[in-house]
Order: sequence, then C-alpha cells, then structure tokens
Amino acid sequence: MIGIICLAAVGFLACVDKKPSTDEKLDTQELTKNQEEVHGIEIKPGEIQLTHPLNAQWVTEGKGIYELKCQACHKLTNEKLVGPGWSGVTQRRKPEWIMNMITNVDMMLETNADAQKLLEECLVRMPNQNLTKEEARKVLEFQRNNDGDK
Amino acid sequence: MNISFKKTLLYLGLITVNVSLLYSCKPRGAASAVSGDAASKVYVAPGKYDEFYDIVSGGFNGQIGIYGIPSGRLFRIVPVFSQSPESGYGFSEETKPMLNTSHGFVPWDDLHHIALSVTDGVHDGRWAFANGNNTPRLARIDLSTFRTSEILEIPNSAGNHSSPFITQNSEYIVAGTRFSVPLDNDNGDVPINTYKQNFRGTVSFVSINPQSGEMSIAFQIKTPGVNFDLARAGKGKSHGWFFFSCYNSEKANTLLEVNASAKDKDFIMAVNWKKAEEYVKAGKATKESVKYAHNIYNEKTHSATSTLMNEVLVLDPKDCPGMLYFIPCPKSPHGCDTDPTGEYIVGSGKLAAIIPVFSFTKIQEAIASKTFDGEYDGIPVIKYEAALYGEVLKPGLGPLHTEFDDNGNAYTSFFVSSEIVKWNVKDLKVLDRVPTYYSIGHLSIPGGPTRKPWGKYVIAYNKITKDRYLPTGPELTQSAQLYDISGDKMKLLLDFPTTGEPHYGEVIPASILFKKQRKIYKIEENEHPYAAKGEGQARVERKGKDVHVYMTAIRSHFNPDNIEGVKMGDVVYFHVTNLEQDWDVPHGFAVKGSNNAEILVMPGETQTLKWIPDRVGITPIYCTDFCSALHQEMQGYVRVSPASSNVGLSFSTGKTVPADTTKSVSYNQPRK
Repeated sequence: MIGIICLAAVGFLACVDKKPSTDEKLDTQELTKNQEEVHGIEIKPGEIQLTHPLNAQWVTEGKGIYELKCQACHKLTNEKLVGPGWSGVTQRRKPEWIMNMITNVDMMLETNADAQKLLEECLVRMPNQNLTKEEARKVLEFQRNNDGDK
Repeated sequence: MNISFKKTLLYLGLITVNVSLLYSCKPRGAASAVSGDAASKVYVAPGKYDEFYDIVSGGFNGQIGIYGIPSGRLFRIVPVFSQSPESGYGFSEETKPMLNTSHGFVPWDDLHHIALSVTDGVHDGRWAFANGNNTPRLARIDLSTFRTSEILEIPNSAGNHSSPFITQNSEYIVAGTRFSVPLDNDNGDVPINTYKQNFRGTVSFVSINPQSGEMSIAFQIKTPGVNFDLARAGKGKSHGWFFFSCYNSEKANTLLEVNASAKDKDFIMAVNWKKAEEYVKAGKATKESVKYAHNIYNEKTHSATSTLMNEVLVLDPKDCPGMLYFIPCPKSPHGCDTDPTGEYIVGSGKLAAIIPVFSFTKIQEAIASKTFDGEYDGIPVIKYEAALYGEVLKPGLGPLHTEFDDNGNAYTSFFVSSEIVKWNVKDLKVLDRVPTYYSIGHLSIPGGPTRKPWGKYVIAYNKITKDRYLPTGPELTQSAQLYDISGDKMKLLLDFPTTGEPHYGEVIPASILFKKQRKIYKIEENEHPYAAKGEGQARVERKGKDVHVYMTAIRSHFNPDNIEGVKMGDVVYFHVTNLEQDWDVPHGFAVKGSNNAEILVMPGETQTLKWIPDRVGITPIYCTDFCSALHQEMQGYVRVSPASSNVGLSFSTGKTVPADTTKSVSYNQPRK
C-alpha cells in the first residue's frame, strides 16, 4: 500500500510541469532535538567521590526517595522482587553504574552488558523515575548505609 | 443541493480520470480537483511530525479531536462535556464534579466552537476554550496537558451557541444564547406564544484570569428576544468591540424555518464592551440571584471541585446608552467575522446572495453622526449603507463563515453551493473557488481568526460525506478536507475523517505547543488526600461501610493485589496512585462487574474508582493499559464476603514479607 503511494508520488513528481513550491517549512524535527531532558547526563567513572563517614542527611533523604520511588520493585534484602534486592549492591557495582542506572536507564540498557543481563532476568525495563543527579547520589548513600558502610 | 451533488459527482469522475492520466504521464485535464503533488504535500513520513495541530470540535460527542496538519492524522480525543470511558473522565470520583451543573450531573453536551487564547491578537498556546451548546457551558482546556481544566455554566441562557470567541488579549470569551427564553428570574410558566412579551436574550462576557486562565462571569447584557448565532471580537482598531450575528428578529416562536426568514434583514449586534465595563464600574449593573455551577480541576490534588454560584451582574441596555447598536445584515446572518486588521466585519446571511462587508471606521462615524434607521426594542439601528464598506457580489449560495490569510484575502464557506470562495478584502473581487465534498460548514485557516494568520492551508469541515469513504451502514463518517492556499489557486490536498460533527477547529503551529507538553505529574507534588506516595503507604482502611484502598501501581504490579474482608453492603473506593515518573506510562485499572468505566492513571497521579460489590465471591482486578512485558501479570483479587461474615480486613502484595519499612502492611491469614 505504502509502496503504491510512494510510486505514485514519484510518478507525480516526474510528471508535473511545475515543481512544488519550496515554501520555507518549519522544521519540526529540530524541535525533538531540543527537548528538555531532565535526566540523561552520563556520570563518568571517578566523578562520584565516596566519603566517610556517611552523610547522615543524605541517608535519611535517600531513604525517603527509596520509599517513594524505588521500594515498589526493590527490597533492601538480597531477595529479587521486580528488580534485584539492594543488599550488597554497592559492593557489586561502581557508584557511577548505580547512578547511571537511576538517572540514565535508557543509555544503560542500550550500552551496558550488565544492565542488559538484568533486563533479561527481570523482563521489566527499569522505569525512569525522574530523579535528579543529586537525588540519585542520596539514594546511593542510603544504599551504602544499607550495606553497612560507615 | 441536488444540482450541486450532481456537479460534485462529475468532479469525482474527473478526479479518477485525472489520476489515471497522471499515472500514464500524460497532460492533465483542465478541471482537475486534486493536483499532482497533493500526495507529497500531505505525506508525513513515519516518525516525522506534522507542522500544525488542528484542535477540532467533536460536535455532539461533546469532545475535542486533536489532528495533525497536513497529514490529517488523529492523535487524541479530549473529553470535555462528555464522559469518557477510555480515560475515566466523568466516571472517576475526581472528575465527576467537572460535569456538575445547576441541573445536577449532565454527562453530555454538544460542543461546537473552539477559541484559542491569544496575546496581542496572536496565538499564545496556553488554553483552548469550547462551548457547550445544549446545557449552556464553557470549558477551558489546558494546552500543556490536553485535558479539561475548568467548566463554567452560564445562567440566563438557553443554548450557548454564540460562543466562546475571544478578545485580542484573552480578556473575555463570550456566551450568547441561541434561544431567547424567559430569563431565570422571570416567571417562565407562560404561554409560548407570548414570546414577544416574555422572551429575552443575553450575551455574557466571561473574564479570563491572565495567570491561571480561570473563568468568571464579569457581566451579562440583556437583549431583545432574538437568537444569537455567532460572534467575533474586534481587534486592532476595533479592539474594545464585539460583534454578534443574530437571526429571528421576527421573534417567531414556531416554524422558524419560515417565520424567522420573513424579513429582508436581521442584525449584527455591535457591543462596546469597554463601555460596558465602565457601566459595571459605575454601578449600573443589577445583581441577580441565579444558580450556576463552576467546576475546577486541581492538578495538585488531582481532583475537581464544583461550586454552585448564586449571583451574576446584569446590564440592561436601557440604562447603558452607547453600549449596543444593531447593524442590519441580509437574511439570517450566520458567520460574523472580523479581518486581521479589525477594520472589516464580514456578515454571512445564510439565505443571502451577497456578502456584506462592514467598515469599523464607518460604523464609528455613523454612531457619531447618529445615522440611524430607527430603533429595535430601544436600541439604535445603524443605517445599512452607513455601516457598509461594500458587498461581495455573486459569491455563491448560502455563505456561512469567513476566515483570512496573511495576504489580505478572505475565504468564505458556502453550504448550499458546497464550495470555498476566495476573495480580496480590499476590492471585494472573487479570486477563486473550489468545490467541497460536501456541504461545508465552518472552515479554518491556521491563525485565521487572529491578527496574525499563519496561512498556508484552509480546512473545510463538512456536513455530508456521502460517497467519499467506504460506507459503514446508515451512519457515514464525518469528515474534513485540506486545501493548499499558498498559491493563487486553492488546491484540494486531502480528505480526512473526523469524530463527531467537526463544527469548527482552530489550527496552531506545532512549534508553539510542542515544547510545553507536560510529561508527568511529580509524585512529590501529589496532594491527593488518598494518595499512596510509595508502596509503604499502600493500605486498606475501613470507615463504616466505606472501604478505602490506597493502591499503588508501577510496572507491573498493584499494591495491594490481594484484598479480603470486603463485605456485601460495602462501598469500595480504589484510590490508585501511579508511582511511575516517566513519560507515556499510564496504568489502567478495572474491576469486574463494576457499574463504572475504567480509570486511566497518569504517572504521579491518583484517581479513584468507586465500586459497589453486588455478589459474594472473588472479584478480579487488572491493569488495562499495556505497560510492560509483564503487563498481563498486573492483576489481583478482591474477596467479597456476606455482610454477616467475620472475615477480617486484610491486604497484601507478594507471598513473603518485604523488608523493614512496611509495618502498615498486614498479611493474609490462611483460609479457613
């Protein structure tokens, strides 16, 4: 069907005596490129400094974010619910891996082998829960606390 | 009609011939209705975007359809005055108040016209306004969410047709009554044939809050008992004036087809609304006690409230000289359109053989020099010739509406001769005409009613489609047609089907709306009293016979998804909070046997489905919107026990006890 339309269009273009006017056309495609992204800036290795002792305020705030946006799928034990349990996650993964997974999940699922393996196991794409980088950092601090870091 | 139908059939024949000619690369026939490059002009490749949004009334479906131009693709149906089982609008507890009126819950209306908000006479892309024709109402749709934010009932009105038309800085939208009737505070129990003594009209000016967009009735003007049809605000030099077409100056109360068409001329009513504002300020308005509903949707609480209002300010023209004038206009005027400069007002008499074009400057001179032709119910009637700029001669049959391009041209729709006629506003010469298939009503040009038309296309909203589409039983599709107006000659590009009756639409560049689309509701900002902000807050509470389920939804489970202890005689409220915070991930929720629709919950939002169990047993619940690979697993059960049962209230998700933060969750006891 589309093929026919295309052929017809080609036929039209070849046959019409006057070419379609080249009116200045609004390039709506450009607009998609300029979409505001509140997430999606990749966090590079070494960018996140882990410090001791833990930032107690971040732990508390990270717990609040966890309860609001993460708890539906992640337990604090090592038991898998929808996603893997969080116990030991800060030992298994690099800080930037965890934070990219939170703020930049589409990129991770496209490029990171470990993330792709998790998708195969869990079958649910981890939702982008629209956390800022700062909020993701607080969740990481809460995870460190959950793993017994001091 | 018959003749024009044959004529259009002839055109159809020509199209077929023409298409085959094109295929064989031979010269085209002279009377081609579709030009050769039409397909490429409307083809929007997969994944590409349209250049314009067309925001189109759904007529008697009470909704608004959102289409892309030039493709004619339908993107969304926005429920406004009608319940929508798809979204739960008007079914959920939160949205039911939107459809409240002084008559109670009215779940349907007849939505005719769209007015997009403007700043300095140019589309600003904030709101769309729409009128409910049947139970007089106005609605505001937020163009960042494409959802209905507000509905205001209009008292002292009986059919809000002449509405919502907007002033150049969105100061006001108007509401003119299509029926005159005894007004709300008059004794309405009168013989219908006392029309002339007892029936009155009104036009309302509804102010728009420049920040919030909130509507409120600033004042109403009582008028003679005519039928108001359409209207347009003045702009530029005529800013401060409003022009309403009206018919039935005969004041007939039966067989209007004949009895309201007796006079040669009816009227366009010119309202000096700046003057009206002064009279209101000077205390000339009477406070009338009336009843009307004002419904507002709050995006923080995700709930609507309906307030019954009881007062309105009414101006009587008797006390307000210089506020109203009548301008004679031939034969039952319908459209009443002001050009982009605001100088010209085009009247379209449905039964007239000419189109009169009035001059704002001449109207002002006539008023100053009192060049009147008597009075109509005490209101001065300006002499026709004194207001007239000129007439478009022999334009066609049955002129209805006029819009304007960015080059000083006007485009008028002709219902009877089923065509669009292009003419020059300055010299009033007809420049071009194209057939429509069939019987066009309104037409729209992007920005056509504003000070800055974007031009490029004209869209015909047709009343009859006859043979244009595959037939579907007795009821055929509604339809619109797209024409290219970038050249001297108008060219038909596309037919596209529409929902409901597409009375009128406004077309706005995609670039204005594209970037401001809301993607999610922030869960942190959710102030719904029954929100469960996180699974730790998921729970079930009993308050007497009412059972409140604070339920969360995220890919792909509900919490709780097992509920026991509901009993016959209970009323269950499922308050579903969507915990997702990503674009385009709504979750649906449905309950078997519920006398209700589904609810469709946007990310971060809470919506409530009310359910009254009607039998003992296990009732399934599930997510209706395919959300993930495990969407089909997103389900649960409610156990309903007899009223006398001692099954305790319990709820859970998952077989095992989650970690420490879930103390409010209790778990099923083993079944007895």
